Amino acid sequence: MATLEFVARRLVWAVFVILGIIIVNFILLRLAPGDPAAIMAGQAGATDEQYIAQLRAQFGLDRPLHVQLYTYIFDVARLDLGFSARQQVPVADLIFQRMPATLLLTGVAFLFSLGVGILLGALASRRAGGWADSFITVLALAAYATPIYWLGLMLILLFSVWLGWLPAYGMATIGGGAGGLAYSLDVARHLLMPALTLGLFYMAVYARLTRASMLEVQDQDFVKTAKAKGLPDWRITRAHVLRNAVLPVISYAGFQAGHLVGGAVLVETVFGWPGIGRLAFDALLQRDYNLLLGVFLFTAIMVIVFNIITDIVYTLVDPRIEVGR
Amino acid sequence: MIEFWTRFARNKGAVFGLVVLVGVIALAAFAHMLFPQSPWRMTGAPFQPPGAQPGHWLGTDTLGRDIAAGIAHGARVSILVGLVSTAVAVGIGVIAGAVAGYFGGLIDTAVMRFTEFFQTIPSVVLAIVLVAILQPSIESIIIAIAIVSWPPVARLVRGEFLTLRTREFVEAARVIGQSDTRIILTQILPNSLSPVIVTASLMVATAILLESAIAFLGLGDRNMMSWGYMIGAARTVIREAWWMSFFPGFAIFITVLAINLVGEGLNDALNPRLARQGRQ
Repeated sequence: MATLEFVARRLVWAVFVILGIIIVNFILLRLAPGDPAAIMAGQAGATDEQYIAQLRAQFGLDRPLHVQLYTYIFDVARLDLGFSARQQVPVADLIFQRMPATLLLTGVAFLFSLGVGILLGALASRRAGGWADSFITVLALAAYATPIYWLGLMLILLFSVWLGWLPAYGMATIGGGAGGLAYSLDVARHLLMPALTLGLFYMAVYARLTRASMLEVQDQDFVKTAKAKGLPDWRITRAHVLRNAVLPVISYAGFQAGHLVGGAVLVETVFGWPGIGRLAFDALLQRDYNLLLGVFLFTAIMVIVFNIITDIVYTLVDPRIEVGR
Repeated sequence: MIEFWTRFARNKGAVFGLVVLVGVIALAAFAHMLFPQSPWRMTGAPFQPPGAQPGHWLGTDTLGRDIAAGIAHGARVSILVGLVSTAVAVGIGVIAGAVAGYFGGLIDTAVMRFTEFFQTIPSVVLAIVLVAILQPSIESIIIAIAIVSWPPVARLVRGEFLTLRTREFVEAARVIGQSDTRIILTQILPNSLSPVIVTASLMVATAILLESAIAFLGLGDRNMMSWGYMIGAARTVIREAWWMSFFPGFAIFITVLAINLVGEGLNDALNPRLARQGRQ
C-alpha cells in the first residue's frame, strides 16, 4: 500500500517536472536570437513587412505570451515540436529517426559500465590493497580527469589509425549489406569504441560504489552466520554479500541517465554516430535553435522517465526501503 | 594551520597535485611573458610535428599556430572559468541551502523541490543550450556552468544547516536576540564551511571539464584560446596530426587530476574523522 502511494507520488512529481521543463524550453525558445517569423519569411525568399506580419498571425506569434505558452504545451503533448529551420522537416520526425542509434549506444554503454563496474568492485573488495583494489583506484582517478571526447579521440588514434583494428567513424560500413548477421557484426565493431568511451567513467564509479558497499555488507551478522555454517568463500561473496551490496549501486543508476545523454552528444560527435547527440551538434553548427531545443526537451523528458522507472523498480525489488528521502 | 598542513602533506597524491596545480597557475600567469605573441597568430609552417621546427617544441596546428603557446594561453581560460563559475555556483548554492535549512517548513520544501528539478535536467545538454542561446562568450559560459552546478552545494549546505540549527550555540545566539541573518552568517555558516570547501574544490575540476567540452563543440569565446577549442579544431585531422589534439587534452587531464588530488587532500585535512572512515 505504501509502495503504491509512493509510485503515485513519483508519477505526479514527474508530471510537474515535465511541465516545468516544457516551460523552461518555451522561455529558451523565446530568448533564442532571431524572430521566427522573419526567419521563415527569409527562407521563402520574402522580406516585406506585410508577409512577416501575416506569418506571425498564422503561427500565433502575435498573441500574448501566456496564450502562446498554453498552445505550446498542447503542441508538445501532441509531439508537435515545430519545424527544423534548416532542414524543413518536423523536429519530432528527425528525433525519432535518430532515436534507435542513440538508444543502442547508451544502452550498451550503460550495461557495460554496470556489469564490468560491479565485477571489478567485487574483485577489489575481496582483498583490500590487492591488485584489483589498486587498479580501480587508479582507474577511477584517471576516469574522473579525462575529457570524454578526448578519450574517444585517443582510442581512435590507437585502434584505428595506428593498429587499424576498428573503424573510427559511423555506425556501419558504407555499401555493406543491410540486415543479417554480417551487418550486426559490422555495427558491433563500430559500436565498440563509442560504447567503451561513454561507459568508462561510470564503470569506475560503479566499481568504487560496489567496493564500498561490499566492504560494509561483509561485516554484517548474516555473513558471519554464512561463514559459521561453513559455506565456501565464493558462495558467500556471490549469494550473500553481492546480492545485498548491489542494491545501492542500482539505486545510483538513475543518476547516470542525464550524464549518458550529455556524454552522447560528445561521443556521437567524435565517432560520427548517427544519433540524437550528433543531431544536436549539427543543430548547434547551423544555429538551428528549434531543432536544438527540441532535442533538449526530448532528452530531458527521457531522463525523467528513466529516473521514475529506476525509482519504481528499486522499491519493488527492495520493499524494505522506503524511498521517501 | 600547522596541523592542517601536516595532515594535508600526509597524503602524497595531494602534494603532487598541489605542485602540478601551482605549475599550471604559473603557466597561466606568465603566458604573455613566455609566449608574447598572440596564440592565434601564425608563427610557423602548418602541420609541423613536435620538435621538427626550432621554437615549436610541441609542433604547430593546421594554420601554423604554435601548440605550446595555445596551451599556455589556454590555461588562463580554464583557470578563470573554473574559479569564477565555481564561485558563482557556490554563492547560489549556499544562499539556497542556507535559507532552506534554516527556515525549514514550506520554504524548505519549495527550495528543495526547485533544486531537485534542476538536478533532473541533463546538465551538459542544458549548459550547451544555454551558451548557444545566450551567444558564446566567456560570460555566457561562466553563467551556464554556474547554473548547472549549484544544486549539490544547496543540498550539502541545507543538510549542514538542518543539523547545526538545533545546536546549543545557535539557541544561545537566538536567546540573546541575534537576527536570523546574523545567526546564519556568523554562527552556522562558518561551522559548515569545511565540507563546502572540499566540494567546491572538486567543482572547479568539473567546471574545467565542462568548459573544455563546450569549447570543443565550437561554442568557446572567440577571443580566448582554450584547450577544448584546440582539440575541437584538430579533431578532423587526427589521422595526420596526433599532437594537435594529444597535448591540449593531456593538459586538461593533468590539471583536472591535480585538482581532484588536492581536493582529496583538503578532505583529509579538514574532515579528519570522515577521511578515516572512508578509507577503512
